[in-house]
Amino acid sequence: MGVLSATVLAQAFALVFDPYVLWVILASAVFGLFVGAVPGLTATMATALLVPVTFFMPPVPAIASIVTATAMAIFAGDIPSCLLRMPGTPASAAYTDEAYAMTKKGQGELALGSGLWFSILGGLFGTAVLITAAPTLAEIALKFSSFEYFWLVLLGLASAVFLALGNPLKGLVSLLLGLLVASVGLDNPAGFPRFTFGNAELAGGLTLIPIMIGMFAVSEILRGATRIEQPWEMAQARIGNVLHGMWTLTKRYPWQLLRGSVLGTAIGALPGAGADIAAWMSYAVSKRFSKEPQKFGTGHVEGIIEAGASNNSALAGAWIPALVFGIPGDSITAIVIGVLYIKGLNPGPTIFMNNAPSVYAIFLVFILANLLMLPLGIAAIRAAKQMLRAPREILLPVILLFCVVGAFAINNSAFGVLLMLAFGVVGYLMEENGFPIAPAILGMVLGAMLEENFISSMIKADGRVLAFFERPIAGSLGVLTLAVLAVPLIYSLRRSRYWRRG
Amino acid sequence: MPGQKFGPAWFPGLVAIGLALCGVALVFSAARERAAWAEVPAWIRSHRARAGVAALLGGLLAYVLLVDRAGFHFTGIALLALWVRVLGASWRVTLPVAIVATLVIHLAFYKLLRVPLPWGVLERWAF
Repeated sequence: MGVLSATVLAQAFALVFDPYVLWVILASAVFGLFVGAVPGLTATMATALLVPVTFFMPPVPAIASIVTATAMAIFAGDIPSCLLRMPGTPASAAYTDEAYAMTKKGQGELALGSGLWFSILGGLFGTAVLITAAPTLAEIALKFSSFEYFWLVLLGLASAVFLALGNPLKGLVSLLLGLLVASVGLDNPAGFPRFTFGNAELAGGLTLIPIMIGMFAVSEILRGATRIEQPWEMAQARIGNVLHGMWTLTKRYPWQLLRGSVLGTAIGALPGAGADIAAWMSYAVSKRFSKEPQKFGTGHVEGIIEAGASNNSALAGAWIPALVFGIPGDSITAIVIGVLYIKGLNPGPTIFMNNAPSVYAIFLVFILANLLMLPLGIAAIRAAKQMLRAPREILLPVILLFCVVGAFAINNSAFGVLLMLAFGVVGYLMEENGFPIAPAILGMVLGAMLEENFISSMIKADGRVLAFFERPIAGSLGVLTLAVLAVPLIYSLRRSRYWRRG
Repeated sequence: MPGQKFGPAWFPGLVAIGLALCGVALVFSAARERAAWAEVPAWIRSHRARAGVAALLGGLLAYVLLVDRAGFHFTGIALLALWVRVLGASWRVTLPVAIVATLVIHLAFYKLLRVPLPWGVLERWAF
């Protein structure tokens, strides 16, 4: 199967090094840097906004634009952290205070430089893991039946709930709401219309792209409007050669770099948790194992190195389950999976047989995007002050009109805009009240897959629950899933008993 | 459904049970912390923020209702003008931004990327 032959590689190179594709990559890089650098515009939002743009592109440039824009956005999120004390994307939030403290100490150049340099190294590490792990996993996944897929989906949903920041109960509510949305329409194993109220628009199920544009973009625009009167105050920083001193830092903190990249890739590959959670965890790990933990929070570069590498490596890690199983590793790949289906690159283990050149072209784009980050990132840091001066009262409306056009174009109907509006409000209210959005999105994307594999397994097993554990891989996945579900339950029970006693 | 043990109601039924249980648990945990029933967010006191949010939501609803008749170009310019103005720009900035941004979206999406836009009353002159 997915043996990488010279012909496949040559075809992949030809697909990527085509003038049209290279222009798309360059344009999406600039777009991603801008979206990442402006607080309130996130990498996930960039992906949602790119979907309508990629609608009529061939598969490889369509996917390439998303890969490039998100990689750039996650790095660029570090820029306003250093200059405004505001994360450009949630993935930088973990070390925003640290980066800003460095700028205040006069080390802004070093903070920006390590954001860029270690983002690139982390991104390349994650890409290397993606390239080696995905085909191997696909080989194993070829033998999976509905039992294995059922557990895999459930494991993904469970880890999405429990890895989300904050209250797992609210994460569970979010997930269940997502599953409820997924069950609307005719598209279920019985082919029976559910929750359609006789409406033709609902019979086909709710289209996910307008919903995602609503939850990831419209909700952020609403939040931006509520904060329109808060001024952005820029810290003064003298910025010369941002790469100055990077090699010394790499030699001084090699373990931090490696640990951040490994943890980031792993968190990325776990469904539901993406770059933001990877950065929080890596920052905490870095402080825990540091020789000088007392320096954390005072403008110390160590945590920025580890978490900065971590969030960019998570980006590539998330593509592993997305490509191999069709299970998104983060919110970005949740959107990407929809695009893959539209483009005929159906995710699943057979993607390495049916579409090998395209998949390897995507891998090449990952490498290219991370290499391109060096010159473009330096340019973005130079242009940061201009980018951050973009007037929000113009930016927010124009982006919203973009969203409207995108939501309309998917089905060529105003119903998409209505969906976008409704889910924009829902997403805003959820986030304001501490309900994470990622589990809901994962539920919507995986709901049909969960139900289908559950029902067909039940029919095969004739209702015998033990059959779910009889195949070796299914059994181990099942035990693992139950463990993931049980641990936080026990933990919260013990904690509540502790509270009652205290 | 006859002849099928696991019909279409199975899955939504499980989800409903889960949601009901979570709802009860949330009410209990909030009651234990003596949380308020509802809180008014701070931005509601800012006139500009309140007007902005209202204009964004109302404008989107108006788009859904009007676009099939009025077409993208008129509604787009009108909505952008409303939004940019309410969020705090002067009319001298607002009008050029609304017209230029709508034209750019027309060129980028309709011409370059061939994304469908509703023309409405302008259908006859679509180009």
